[in-house]
Amino acid sequence: MRDFAYHQPATVPDAVALLGSVSESRPIAGGMTLLPTLKNRLASPSALIDLAGLPGLQSIEERSFGLAIGALARHADVARSRLVATRIPALARLAGSIGDPAVRHRGTIGGSLANNDPAADYPAAALALGARIVTNRREIPADDFFLGLFETALGPDELITGVVFPAPKRAGYAKLRNPASRYAVVGVFVAETANGIRVAMTGAGNGVVRVPEFEQALATSFAPEAVAHLRLAPDDFASDMHAEAAYRAHLASVMAARAVADALA
Amino acid sequence: MPISFTLNGRSRTADVPSSTLVSDLLRDHMNLTGTHVGCDTSQCGACVVLLDGEAVKSCTLLAPVLAGRSLTTIEGLAKGEKLHPMQEAFHTQHGLQCGFCTPGMVMTAIDLVNHNPVPTEAEIREGLEGNICRCTGYQNIVKAIQAGAAAMAASTTAAAA
Repeated sequence: MRDFAYHQPATVPDAVALLGSVSESRPIAGGMTLLPTLKNRLASPSALIDLAGLPGLQSIEERSFGLAIGALARHADVARSRLVATRIPALARLAGSIGDPAVRHRGTIGGSLANNDPAADYPAAALALGARIVTNRREIPADDFFLGLFETALGPDELITGVVFPAPKRAGYAKLRNPASRYAVVGVFVAETANGIRVAMTGAGNGVVRVPEFEQALATSFAPEAVAHLRLAPDDFASDMHAEAAYRAHLASVMAARAVADALA
Repeated sequence: MPISFTLNGRSRTADVPSSTLVSDLLRDHMNLTGTHVGCDTSQCGACVVLLDGEAVKSCTLLAPVLAGRSLTTIEGLAKGEKLHPMQEAFHTQHGLQCGFCTPGMVMTAIDLVNHNPVPTEAEIREGLEGNICRCTGYQNIVKAIQAGAAAMAASTTAAAA
């Protein structure tokens, strides 16, 4: 790993100012993706802006419509939160299924969303629940936030400060975990929301997407059988060393059915 | 950059580049080689240490993060010649073969039991998802953690009595 300057700003405006003024700087929260990337020299920033000292961004708060979760809330915090377990239990279960216990003690919800790994779990929850991503300058609906492979609507000196999740009537998540990386080979999050059924899928290929075929089927009948035998076209799925497109397309239906069962449990 | 932190109960200051990983800080600068580096890709768990009591992978942790915080490594568990109950349990239950993964297993187990004093076998196996052993197949590791959890509960009770 190449050496870098290390900044520890104490406020969000200071962090944003550093990101804007220090060339080749990158923000770091838990570092669960960035540090392996630096170790592999896939990135070599000249400076890291450590966000850990930013005040008030670890909170998990109840709102009339659902939950407001700070960007620095760790996966372990969300998984153990009684508030999350009460208002959006599927989100707590999802957080508890990310990586492993040690990873969950460092990784943050803001980091996961900003990174937008095409097989990450949180983007599926944010998109299916119709979350809004709060940054230092605006709120971005999840529908407009995820732009494909590791791409988001965030500007270069824009920081996520939190996420607001409307509580669904019911929701569920299921994934097939890669046994080594523990990322989703395919993961499906289903939610019955105030705006109807929303289904988001991660792991399929170029990033999290909604699945209109599943949404329509579940709007007619919110039951595992409604999606269990609905086959998506393999053309929309990626093939790689972990799974072929046809297998991923098959998994999508299986995970969707399990996610519905999870929502009904 | 100078970094002041508590290491195994003692105040320490290290002056290392900010890109130093905690695993390298411990092994190369603090002469504490009990923390092992197996994969160096955050997957195997041999490098697990406790940061403010929570299990973290020291190969994926930057040294500046330690500032003002408390780090416990495998070397910080025993009191003199007396092993920590979890270390003792790994010994008596034969919870190791080559021993390479053992420091990380023990640290993860202590964090697990601190959060969940009476874990079920399933909870122990789930808790070990980030710790890979290539010798024993986990059976005796799980037995050791069950025994260690009971011993930790007994020592807490004894201390309270």
